[in-house]
Amino acid sequence: MSTSAQEILGVSRREGRRLMELWWQRMTEAAQTGHPTAYVFVMAPLSELLLTFDFVINAPEITSLQTAIRGQSQAYIQLAEDYGFSPDICGYVKADVGVQLKEGEHPYGRVPRPALVVTNNVCNTYLKWAEFWEHYYGCPVFTFDLPGWRGRESLREGTEAFRETFENDCRYVLGQLRELIEVCERITGKSFDIDRFREHLREANRMAELYHAVCDTNRHIPAPFNAPLEGVTYQGIANLYRGTPEGTRYFELALEEMRERVRLGMAAVPDERFRLVLVGTACYSHFRRFVELFSSWGGVFVHSTYMVFAGGGFVPGFGYDLGRPLESFAEQMVRATYWGWTGAMFYQQEWLDRVVRDWKVDGICFHGVKSCRTTSTGLPDVREWMRVQRNVPGLFIQSDLVDPRLWSDAQIKNRVDAFFEALAAHKAAVGR
Amino acid sequence: MELERIFDDLRALVEDPSFPAVRRWLEANPQGKVVGHFQVFFPEEVAHAAGLLPVKIAGAGGTVQVRQADARIAAFVCSIVRSSLELALSGRLDFLSLMVVPNICDAARNGCGVWVRSFPQMRVETLYHPHNASSAHAVDYLVGEYRRIGRVIEELSGRPITEDALRASIALFNENRRLLREVYRIKRESPWLLSAVESYLLVRSAGLMPREEHNVLLRRVLELLPQRPAKKQDRIRVVFEGGFCEQPPLDMLAVIQNACYIVDDDLMIGLRWITEDVPLDGDPWRNLADSYLNRSSYSPVQRDPRKPKAEMLLRRIREAGAEAAIVAAAKMCEPGLEEQVHYSRALDGAGIPHLVMEFEETMTVFEQVGMEVETFAESLLFQFA
Ligand code: SF4
Ligand code: SF4
Repeated sequence: MSTSAQEILGVSRREGRRLMELWWQRMTEAAQTGHPTAYVFVMAPLSELLLTFDFVINAPEITSLQTAIRGQSQAYIQLAEDYGFSPDICGYVKADVGVQLKEGEHPYGRVPRPALVVTNNVCNTYLKWAEFWEHYYGCPVFTFDLPGWRGRESLREGTEAFRETFENDCRYVLGQLRELIEVCERITGKSFDIDRFREHLREANRMAELYHAVCDTNRHIPAPFNAPLEGVTYQGIANLYRGTPEGTRYFELALEEMRERVRLGMAAVPDERFRLVLVGTACYSHFRRFVELFSSWGGVFVHSTYMVFAGGGFVPGFGYDLGRPLESFAEQMVRATYWGWTGAMFYQQEWLDRVVRDWKVDGICFHGVKSCRTTSTGLPDVREWMRVQRNVPGLFIQSDLVDPRLWSDAQIKNRVDAFFEALAAHKAAVGR
Repeated sequence: MELERIFDDLRALVEDPSFPAVRRWLEANPQGKVVGHFQVFFPEEVAHAAGLLPVKIAGAGGTVQVRQADARIAAFVCSIVRSSLELALSGRLDFLSLMVVPNICDAARNGCGVWVRSFPQMRVETLYHPHNASSAHAVDYLVGEYRRIGRVIEELSGRPITEDALRASIALFNENRRLLREVYRIKRESPWLLSAVESYLLVRSAGLMPREEHNVLLRRVLELLPQRPAKKQDRIRVVFEGGFCEQPPLDMLAVIQNACYIVDDDLMIGLRWITEDVPLDGDPWRNLADSYLNRSSYSPVQRDPRKPKAEMLLRRIREAGAEAAIVAAAKMCEPGLEEQVHYSRALDGAGIPHLVMEFEETMTVFEQVGMEVETFAESLLFQFA
């Protein structure tokens, strides 16, 4: 199907919205009919497997984020705090707890109860989050344990130590995968169909290629999309429609649109002056404002670490070997955990280094999320490392993902403004 | 009195951020190397079997002013992660050849990246204990992970870890764990003989000195304790929960023990994680891995569906003959704070009185804690009278 140039502009937004609505429709229906729903996280989504068993997939990070987009997160967070959760606990957890305490009532629809939870330790808070559902619903929780980034020396590819570690991890992950399959069979009463699984893997391979190609369009000056804005839709679709033809089709259209924008010289931020990377997430309770603080200076985010670790873990070279689906699935999970999820989070300077070079980045915004130690603990250190070792200026600001009480507008604006002034001077000094 | 002197010395050791016992060991073993391990659990036998000294890095309490670490770590992170890094940045851990950070939580694991960037000369490793503890593959995996750390240690020591050496180390640590179990038995059965602070010092010091010395010390203390001229008092018996990682200040424990007997706790649980002897027959690597998973305690930072934590806490309370619990969590500690919710609800459900509190290792003022605990204890004494 080919689309005319006129139709293609704006298609990723329109299609993104449609697919999001469709997902909510499926969730709401599942809440009504009791169709089995699996809760799963964006880091290690496992959709290829869960779809093979016809689970409806709930991604609670996305539903939590959306409570903030709708300006309603605070009320949900408050419910969780009244239940006993501390103000210092992850805002995503609390927004979801609030939704669950309201029997799934969400601004976009209804969240079904879990027939199965597949949690993992890519973020350790996932383990605790799952324990809430376990207590609250008494639902089965499968813990998919994914050993991740180990340190500078241990995961140096090509060494004997790497091979041994990788093989040991893959055996463990494959073993768990087989155990999870049994759990899924028990819950759904369906037998595992490896051919269906293979089809989902095939779609995911295609999606991964397209996802990278879309990200790559932003190497162009001016950048055709703004990573926190369009990027968050890409991430959403990459998780919710991973392994499906609808998802693949979405990224084909998104790629077409971005290429068209590049061809026409259309910029995500008019009069692009500064090319930035966002490390961490945006603040979704003040989403427009967050982006505007940068775009008003002509600053565009050409990439974000969020697009890496919450975008499916499609690491470079990602691709399932369809001839050995289960083994290959386990291997890709391990690789994604090493590089896409934990490595990109805890040892991100290597990724930043490459993106700064290839996406022609002027500066980095490190957004510390007060209630998320996973994305935020070491950010001041990475910022310093990039400044000292690579002469790349960085801004460190703090607020939250979804808790509006932690947004302090005047303070953040002051810092952003001061950063851009310094960045302009820096650009002039390095002759760009 | 000999006992008082021992406890004074231990307190001085625990509160000295220069790690005097490690430095003494290095003077006696000039070629010796030291492995630091962050909370909660590390198989110290692996380091010991290679001739290295394992040392528990569990923050600095209030003994060090955190300056440099605050510039590297976000402010909304617990204190132990920052103060442990500060110990290293200020040169106090200059003896470390290897630092191992187990994957206990997001702050600690992320902190490991900061260590890697900050100390290019030091080997720094994350150790992944299984979170899918009930998987049939968990033991095999953990054997592989322990051997991986073993290989790193062998590289440092320049000598292989033989099975016999590992068995001998296991035997030494088994003895240490047995002696600590004795300490806890006394705490449960006759808490008037051993205060919470004293028992804490006995456990904490295990991670700060060679175990050979620690075993001698424990044996002596266990000999002396029954002769102590202490009398049972009318105090409420509580379990203190929430000390699995960041440690409450000693003075906070002192304030609590003024009002109640702490008859069991999870303080420094990693040093008492394994609850029975690790078998000496067969493959020692497998025995260590198997013991971590199958002969062990519980904590908010390990997921094991066979050990639902709230039920485990109820069991601890029951087995200690406690009437109540203090359910604490370190400030900004995500897993601790989350577990607190479930603990508290389970205790409510079981009708067990409990006090919920937050602490920070750097706290210096305890009036508030004192008042809360006293009021709590008094209301219970009245209730149980
Ligand atoms: S990554 Fe951060 S925001 Fe997401 S679940 Fe973990 S702690 Fe919460
Ligand atoms: S105190 Fe809590 S948050 Fe801090 S390192 Fe320990 S487990 Fe992690």
